[in-house]
Amino acid sequence: MTPSAAPPGQRLTPLPNPLPRPDDELARLEAAWKPPSGWKLLTAVNNTYIGIFYVATAFVFFLAAGVLALLMRIQLAVPENTFLDQSLYNQLFTMHGTVMMFLFAVPVVEAIGVLLLPNMLGARDLPFPRLSAYAFWAYLIGGTVFFGSLFFGNAPDGGWFMNPPLTSYRYSQGQGADWWLLGIGFIEISAIAGAIEIIVGILRTRAPGMSLDKLPIYAWAMLVFAGMIVFAFPAVILATMLLELERAFHWPFFIAELGGDPLLWQHLFWFFGHPEVYIIFLPAAGMVSLIVPTMARTPLVAHRLIVLALAGTGFLSFGLWVHHMFATGIPSLSLSFFAAAGMAVSIPSAIQVFAWIATFASGRVQLGTPALFVLGFLAVFVIGGLTGVMVAVVPFNWQVHDTYFIVAHLHYVLFGGMVFPLFAAFYYWTPFVSRKRLSERLGRWVFGLIFVGFNLAFLPMHITGLAGMPRRVYTYGAGLGWDNLNMLSTVGAFLIAAGVAVFTMDVLRNWRFAITEAAGNVWNAGTLEWLPTGAYSVRSIPIVTSREPLWDQPDLAANVDAGRYFLPGTATGRRETLLTSAVYARPEYLLQLPGPGWSPLLAAAGTAAFFLLLTVKLVVPALIGGGFAIVMILWWMWGSDPGPNHAPVNIGGGVTVPVYVTGPASHSWWAMVSLLLVSGMLFGSLVFSYLYLWTVSPHVWPTDRDALPRLPYPFVSAALLATSSVAIAYGGRALRKADADSPGSAHWRVRLGLVAAMPLLAAALGVELYAQWQAGFRPEASSYGAVVYTLAALQGQYVLVLIVMGGYTLARSWRGLLDCQRRATFDNTMLLWHYAVAQGLLALLLVHGFPRSLG
Amino acid sequence: MSRDSRWRLAAVLAVMLLGACSGMPVALDPHGSNARQTARIAWVLLWGGASIFALVMALVAYAILESPTRRAWLGRRAFVIGAGIVFPVAALSALLFYTLTVFGVLASSRGAAPLRIEIVGQMWWWRVRYLDADGATVLVTANEMHIPVGRTIEFALESADVLHSFWVPNLGGKLDLIPGRVNVLRLDADRTGVFRGQCAEYCGAQHAKMAFYVVAHTAAEFDAWLAAQRLPGNAPRTPALQRGRALFIANCAGCHTVRGTAAMGELGPDLTHVGSRRSIGAGALPNNVGTIAGWIAASQHIKPENAMPSFDGFSGEELGVLAAYLESLK
Repeated sequence: MTPSAAPPGQRLTPLPNPLPRPDDELARLEAAWKPPSGWKLLTAVNNTYIGIFYVATAFVFFLAAGVLALLMRIQLAVPENTFLDQSLYNQLFTMHGTVMMFLFAVPVVEAIGVLLLPNMLGARDLPFPRLSAYAFWAYLIGGTVFFGSLFFGNAPDGGWFMNPPLTSYRYSQGQGADWWLLGIGFIEISAIAGAIEIIVGILRTRAPGMSLDKLPIYAWAMLVFAGMIVFAFPAVILATMLLELERAFHWPFFIAELGGDPLLWQHLFWFFGHPEVYIIFLPAAGMVSLIVPTMARTPLVAHRLIVLALAGTGFLSFGLWVHHMFATGIPSLSLSFFAAAGMAVSIPSAIQVFAWIATFASGRVQLGTPALFVLGFLAVFVIGGLTGVMVAVVPFNWQVHDTYFIVAHLHYVLFGGMVFPLFAAFYYWTPFVSRKRLSERLGRWVFGLIFVGFNLAFLPMHITGLAGMPRRVYTYGAGLGWDNLNMLSTVGAFLIAAGVAVFTMDVLRNWRFAITEAAGNVWNAGTLEWLPTGAYSVRSIPIVTSREPLWDQPDLAANVDAGRYFLPGTATGRRETLLTSAVYARPEYLLQLPGPGWSPLLAAAGTAAFFLLLTVKLVVPALIGGGFAIVMILWWMWGSDPGPNHAPVNIGGGVTVPVYVTGPASHSWWAMVSLLLVSGMLFGSLVFSYLYLWTVSPHVWPTDRDALPRLPYPFVSAALLATSSVAIAYGGRALRKADADSPGSAHWRVRLGLVAAMPLLAAALGVELYAQWQAGFRPEASSYGAVVYTLAALQGQYVLVLIVMGGYTLARSWRGLLDCQRRATFDNTMLLWHYAVAQGLLALLLVHGFPRSLG
Repeated sequence: MSRDSRWRLAAVLAVMLLGACSGMPVALDPHGSNARQTARIAWVLLWGGASIFALVMALVAYAILESPTRRAWLGRRAFVIGAGIVFPVAALSALLFYTLTVFGVLASSRGAAPLRIEIVGQMWWWRVRYLDADGATVLVTANEMHIPVGRTIEFALESADVLHSFWVPNLGGKLDLIPGRVNVLRLDADRTGVFRGQCAEYCGAQHAKMAFYVVAHTAAEFDAWLAAQRLPGNAPRTPALQRGRALFIANCAGCHTVRGTAAMGELGPDLTHVGSRRSIGAGALPNNVGTIAGWIAASQHIKPENAMPSFDGFSGEELGVLAAYLESLK
């Protein structure tokens, strides 16, 4: 029986699995999912645990960055104050912005996704539990060490967007900027890992019957969110790499005298930075879209329009970034285009706002604390959106850019657009993971203090900016008309703090972690995360027939918990979840999931050690840490790719699925493809940098063909690259004939392909480096040299990774763990290999072809 | 009272309520054509935004509080499309059209051929060079620009080190100073006055204290000012001032210039007519003998990390005559 889209409310008979269930089925399920206890909780990989750790850590960073803001507000409360000197103030405002944006805002919305999505989709866990554990630990360790730089007076002080030349080696000689570049740079790995996991999870691990049109709106928001991370984060990763290369080795990307351009940083940063704010907002909008219908006790109005609005926002947000650069002197055609785009992006947000109003209007609102925070969100976010349209108007932008008007705007959209929904979400979803709800009585106080405090703090800032006060000033003169406005803002900030303090006290008093004994569906919501759960998530994986399954199928909870639906136990004795097709959510295979282990934590510690020790220039210890991380990752990988180690499983209802799948249908292939998209964007950003620098500084480009490396070199390099791909393809073809049981020559041909491909790939890079060196180009001499050698350096990173992956794949083949059926390891290596070859070929074309084409 | 003035009065009252009685914020107090056009747009935006906000909040209240039958129309998809797509598209198109037409006007020049002033941003002060029509330097000064009323001034903005931004809100919007580029900002003043400006792009430790003044004169006054500034620095008239000059040349000539003396250093601001300026330290302090002396002896306390060390080795008498000499350079 294939699950069909039955009309909502109609009971599907017969249900996939009959009663009574075997005696030990539930016990075996519980045993497989048993959480580690005591200090071994550090080894947990279950999304519920990682999600809680993650949200809690993000909230602590919110409190920490909030304290920094309070210190700043004390300093600014009166003119010419001496509470903080300029050095500390400049570190505080940099850290406030950096910690809020990178260690709180994106992590908290990602964390809530990690916590909620599997349950909401009817899955038992995310598809790569150890990856999310790794991402969390890397974030915790890296974020804590980064924040700690404040206590050594070593924090970055270049502003959260770190514009060079101020942040380059000449004007920022301490380590602060390096902490930002290396510390934050590596935390972005967490965000990208989480994004890949969310994409694969939402697209491939849904409950049967949850076709895309029945996907909860929050999952749509998270899908767009994750896609935006994939396309936006690489630009800032490249920018941080370039600035670190400039600082450490003096490669002049941003130094005008040598052909660089400070605006290159701004383009790369804001290409990331603008989507970043929508990355922060969309999950919050998704949460609101779930909370509003529950509060109004009626389905969301214009659901499809909201999905379009989410996707539209995601797409449009990539075309706006130059509005952060209106005052840099760019041509008027650019100004007009980006002004128009900036106005256009408010339309999808308007659609959502009015859809929420319409939902309120068509229901009966229960004004609990979540509803209060949603109303607060509406008021504050609409103001922020309106001031956003104002600053999209170029002449007005020229007055208010880089003033307190912008500080007001950004807090109205970020605090209003994300923090208010976050508090609504805390009150709304606490019963999902806690025995007790949060106090509704105190909740009203929390809301009141935060709402009044926020407006008192930030509404006057619109005027303060128009009154002439620029951003990022550690003090100001008396008599400029800014005194009283600043005092009001300071009072407001402390009111916000009071509200947050009351909330924190309430959490400490009332929040008690529970899964099965959690307070449960106190709001009478309709989505699947409110089904009865255990550590294993749901007892059986339901069939979904509508967007609000709990409203439309009244017996769903009881039947799911009794084990009537799919996979009511564990078929292999391990943790498992169901992989389904992307559009219609038809069951495809059983995904075997890992249990608790040390490797993610240890790998994260090693990775953190690598980046953080490099920051303080302890190179050998850093390499040891990095090596340790690689060993830990290989250890963890060694336990994956189990092959078809079990017969196909009957999950119920006559549906039998295999326990292992390779090729384009597999979840690991999808994750690898997502990673290739990230890589492609990273490379694309570098290609952009090359072409952009040429437009700014054509005088440092080689004009004479004889100055370029002689032609045989790039052709040799290209041939080596192509042959490397051929070798891998040869190995892949041989693999199809390499049976698990027979030791035949096919296995040796697979190994030969791998062994040949590695040196070919490395040699291609070696030839290119040699050619550039011979031609006399040097990376520190001009921006041309810098970008050419960076293209090679990027390729070098892939060569290193692929040598490790190639060696690992060889090892698996040697140990008999690679054959024609059990080949996910080889497939992943192959995908990245062909990508790296393509990237190398394109880089050669650009570096050797473009200057020659200039004539 | 006309409708326009009534709205403006309401706005002023609201602003004063929140602005605690300090009058109109400078960006809405235009004294030049650029700022005037922008202020007009600003009022449209502020009132338009406030109205839309009030309307949306009214709809929220209506949606929750009104009786279900009367608010049913608000719950329909047609409303979402009308309010969420049709209305914003119409309003934003109108806004875009309006602002693009105004934007075109902003770019044009006024009056006689523009007066060209080159500004080089430094950490944390402003190097100022008046240029003639051929681009030759006519006058070098610092931290204060005087301009004639009613004539377009072309500020050619460059940076010697990091990003800065030139902003004098009474006269118009800002433009960044970017190393490797020359950005041109065209402003004018349409009445005389003194207008304060401040750096508006974070440029390091003392970004907060990188201010400047623009003084607008009548044409005749401006010509007189320029002629006076182009003269060499006042010769010291008393023995004390001569002693001051000697100390200046011995200690300060490496970084500063006073035309007419042996001091020709260019690392720091030109001081030929420093006594005539409204402030010292780029707006850090008012300009008198006491503050000048304080700056020389302890500039690192007033503006920590600035490029000038504190010269605390002078005796009180030496400091006095040195400061008096500088103050005499009117």
